[in-house]
Amino acid sequence: MATLFTRIGSIVGAIMLLVLVAVATPVSAQQPSSVNPTASSVQEDKLLQELRRIQGRITIPDQRASVLEQPAGRDWRQFQQVTLRWIGGISILGILVILILFYTIRGTIKMSRGRSGRTITRFNGLERFMHWLTAATFIILAISGLNFTFGKNLLLPLIGPEAFTGFSQWAKYAHNYLSFPFTLGLVVIFFVWIKENFPGAIDVEWLKQGGGFVGNKRPLARRFNAGQKIVFWVVALGGGAVAISGYLLMFPFYGTGVAGMQTAQVVHGIVGVVLIGIMLAHIYIGTLGMEGAFEAMSTGEVDLNWAEDHHKLWVEEEMKGKAPAGGRTATART
Amino acid sequence: MARMKFLCDADRCIECNACVTACKNEHDVPWGINRRRVVTIDDGKPGERSISMACMHCTDAPCQAVCPTNAFYTTADGVVLHSKDICIGCGYCFYACPFGAPQYPRVGNFGSRGKMDKCTFCAGGPEADGTLVEYKDYGTNRLAEGKLPLCAEMCSTKSLLAGDGDIIAQIYKERVTKRGYGSGAWGWKTAYRETIAT
Repeated sequence: MATLFTRIGSIVGAIMLLVLVAVATPVSAQQPSSVNPTASSVQEDKLLQELRRIQGRITIPDQRASVLEQPAGRDWRQFQQVTLRWIGGISILGILVILILFYTIRGTIKMSRGRSGRTITRFNGLERFMHWLTAATFIILAISGLNFTFGKNLLLPLIGPEAFTGFSQWAKYAHNYLSFPFTLGLVVIFFVWIKENFPGAIDVEWLKQGGGFVGNKRPLARRFNAGQKIVFWVVALGGGAVAISGYLLMFPFYGTGVAGMQTAQVVHGIVGVVLIGIMLAHIYIGTLGMEGAFEAMSTGEVDLNWAEDHHKLWVEEEMKGKAPAGGRTATART
Repeated sequence: MARMKFLCDADRCIECNACVTACKNEHDVPWGINRRRVVTIDDGKPGERSISMACMHCTDAPCQAVCPTNAFYTTADGVVLHSKDICIGCGYCFYACPFGAPQYPRVGNFGSRGKMDKCTFCAGGPEADGTLVEYKDYGTNRLAEGKLPLCAEMCSTKSLLAGDGDIIAQIYKERVTKRGYGSGAWGWKTAYRETIAT
């Protein structure tokens, strides 16, 4: 049996060899002029369809240059020149319009019973320092960041190319270097305030009542109301996103390629302009929009009537916790 | 007026890198910066091709569009140039460029990308033609002397063509007709939104 199989095997092998030779012969007999080397070669269109970019091998030391083509750069251009400008314009101008309308209708929100003359400590030194560290660097980062997107249309025609380049160069340095104190402030804020910013049932009620912005209700709140909690999480998550995407752009090719940097810039741009819009509203309500609010972040001492208007439960906790014998955390100031 | 373009015939490129060396030498390009490079696709496999690539001097150039300081300008010959006095080294043109043309000195040290450098089609920069100031920042201005880019001029297989787009497209077409094959003008669709019908 074994020999039979061997024989059949060798016959089949011989037939296959003959077939192969028969197939191969006409090819090798062809004239060189009809050979088409591109039939088997790499094709640009096909490579771009498969991966949307073409990468190969290079012999120069800079291996990052091995990407031959990345047409995705044109999509990024569309985002940078059109999409981001619309998002930025709408988010910043839109918020400004809303704030102006709100101020016209509502005016400054006054304390319901006027000033009491007694104050209570709202933010200690560390809290105010971390707030202003983040706030001051954010304002510079925002202006220098907006300059990248809108500067050449708004500022360049006003001051001319040389002055604009001088400004933009310093804006770039400021943007890069001030990111470090900004991130530091962000991290400290996150850990110091997170325990008072977890959402709860009281926040739902606060939001239902429109936060007291609409009508004359004074919804109850602890140390931070739902609006402030929203600002906290926007700053923590949004700030974290701009920080991470920003560092990816600042250290090119560390952890990302060109495609990664494009994505990082898209995230950085969108989150950046949205944050600027939200911070405009935050600045408004902390200054012009509400009587007695700015003191919380300037001296750290707020009027007791203001505190009872906006953070009644917090005032009660403070009074009870720190001075059970009816003593006063609140100090009289004349 | 001519419309200057590059065309690399991938079926002729032998990856000798002479264009890269010629460019570096002609313009005294600093260490670490390559205005031109040769990329080999499918290296070592049947059907591998090498393409010499630099700035393609795109029609409606993306770098020019995204630059936050308007450092770029397109000459009457269709060459995309930039001013190093206006550039702030932000890196935007590098994100937008489909061909990886923009190069930066000191890339990697954070926040200190230097002024961008790229292929000038041997046409210098905004300074007066042929001056030492122009040479220092942008290299020689061969175009002003009536010469074409050196990389293409000295290409040993005449794979790399540089010159008026219509003329080099015609040369390439005739080649393809005569030899019977051609893998097309690499990058033309992306850079110029056109292909060479062969």
